[in-house]
Amino acid sequence: MSHTQPARQTPVLHLENVTRVHGQGAAQVQALRGIDLKVHPGEFVAVMGPSGSGKSTLLTLAGGLDTPTDGQVLVEGVALGGLTRKRLAQVRRRSVGYVFQDYNLIPALTAGENISLPRELDGLSARAARREALAALEELGIPELADRFPDDMSGGQQQRVAIARALIGDRRLVLADEPTGALDSTTGEAVLAVLRARCDAGAAAMMVTHEARHAAWADRVVFLRDGRMVDESVSQDAASLLVTAATNSVKVDE
Amino acid sequence: MSIRHGLLALLDQGPRYGYQLRTEFEARTGATWPLNVGQVYTTLSRLERDGLVEPAGEDEEGHQFYAVTASGRAELRAWFDTPVPRTNPPRDELAIKLAMAVTVPGVDVTTVVQGQRRHSIKALQDYTRLKGRALAGEPRPGVASSASHDLAWLLVLDQLIFQTEAEIRWLDHCETRLAQHAEAEQARAAEAARDGGATGAPPARRRLRA
Ligand SMILES: Nc1ncnc2c1ncn2[C@@H]1O[C@H](COP(=O)(O)OP(=O)(O)OP(=O)(O)O)[C@@H](O)[C@H]1O
Ligand SMILES: [Mg+2]
Repeated sequence: MSHTQPARQTPVLHLENVTRVHGQGAAQVQALRGIDLKVHPGEFVAVMGPSGSGKSTLLTLAGGLDTPTDGQVLVEGVALGGLTRKRLAQVRRRSVGYVFQDYNLIPALTAGENISLPRELDGLSARAARREALAALEELGIPELADRFPDDMSGGQQQRVAIARALIGDRRLVLADEPTGALDSTTGEAVLAVLRARCDAGAAAMMVTHEARHAAWADRVVFLRDGRMVDESVSQDAASLLVTAATNSVKVDE
Repeated sequence: MSIRHGLLALLDQGPRYGYQLRTEFEARTGATWPLNVGQVYTTLSRLERDGLVEPAGEDEEGHQFYAVTASGRAELRAWFDTPVPRTNPPRDELAIKLAMAVTVPGVDVTTVVQGQRRHSIKALQDYTRLKGRALAGEPRPGVASSASHDLAWLLVLDQLIFQTEAEIRWLDHCETRLAQHAEAEQARAAEAARDGGATGAPPARRRLRA
C-alpha cells in the first residue's frame, strides 16, 4: 500500500469498534465503548460531551498516544497497533498534529523552537524549519512571540503556540483537545478559521470542545456520553432558512 | 421586532422612499429578517400618524420620500439610550414544548431534546459558515458592500450564533438533568420494591451519585 497517496476513499482517521478500559477490577472505568468513526480528507469533526465522557481518551487513541483495549485505530489506512515504536513515532510526527488540553510546550525552548522541533527531527534544515515556524506563528497572529519562552507567555498565547506546532509541516490529521479553552471569543474564532482553512485545503481534523459555537465550525459534531457516541449532527449543504432567505432576496436582481 | 426604529435610523441619514428603506434594512441585517415592502409602508404610515416622520416630496419616478421629524429623532435617540427590556421574556416555543413534554405521558423527552439539538447545531453551522465567509471578506450576492454594512452583518450573525449556542447549551443541560432524574426515579423505585411497601416506612432518601 502506498502511504504517500492514499485512495480518495481512505479515511485519514478510522476508529474501528474502539473500546478503552482504564484500571482493573472494581476500579475499572469503561472510558470508551465500541466507537466507530471515520474522518475523511477535508473533514472537520467536533467532539462534544460532558466531562468524563471519554473525549480526551478518544483523541489520545486517535493520535497513537494510547492503545485501545479492543478494536483498532487506522491513520491514513495504516493500523497503528501493528507499528514498531519507531514507525509509530514517525507517523505521529509527520501525519498527526496534536494540540494537548494542557499545551505540553517544552519550557526550555522558545515558541519558535517548540514549533520547529518536529520538523528538524524529520530532517529539515534548522533554517527551513524556523521559516515554517514563523509562518505558522504568523498564521495564528502571534509572530512577535517567536523568541519567547513558554513561561513568559499568557495561557492563551501558549495555546496558540501549541496550535501552531500542530499545524506545521502539512500534517494530514490535526487532533485538538479544547484548543480554544484559554482564548477569548474573537481570538478563538480566528483559530477556528485557521483549522477550517486547513480542512478546506484537504487535511482532516478532530477537535474536542465544550462550546457549540466552536463545534459549529466543523462539518460533523459527535456527542459522547459515558464512552458511547449517542448522537451525531451532520451539516447540510447551505440549506438553512437564512441562506434561503438571502438567495430569495437577490432573485429580484438576477 | 423594532422595524419602526430601524426605519427611523435609516431616515436619520436622509430622506428615503419605501423600497429603498427595505433594501437598506436588509443590507445591514443580511436578509435575516426579510421585510416586505407592504410592512415598510404600513410602518411608515404609523410613523407618520405618530408625527415621527413626514412626507418629503416625490422624485420624477413618483417615489414618495419620507423624512424624520424632530420628535422622530428624539424617539430614535431614546431607543439607542434605553436597554432592550428583558423583563417580559418572549414566549419561547421550545421551552413551552419541553415543559409540556415532561408532563405528557408517552413523550420521549430525550428524543425531543436530541432532535432539537441536531437541528440547532445545523443552524449554528450554517450561521458559522456565513460568518467564515464574511470574515474572509467574501462579497455577499446582491448586496452592495461597504465596511460599515459588513460590520453590521457580522454583528447580526454573531447574535444569531450566540443565541443558538445558548439554546444548545441549555439543551445539553436538559439532557443531563433528564438523565439524573431518570436515575433518581429508578433508585426510588428499587428502594420502594425492597422495602416491600411496608406501611409507615420512612420516605426513601435520595442517594447522591458517586
Ligand atoms: N489514565 C487513566 N486511568 C484511569 N481512568 C482514566 C484515565 N484516563 C481517563 N480515565 C477515566 O476515563 C473517563 C474518560 O476520561 P476523559 O479524560 O476521556 O474524559 P473527557 O471527556 O475528556 O472529560 P473532560 O471534559 O473533563 O476533559 C473518565 O471517567 C476518567 O476518569
Ligand atoms: Mg478531556
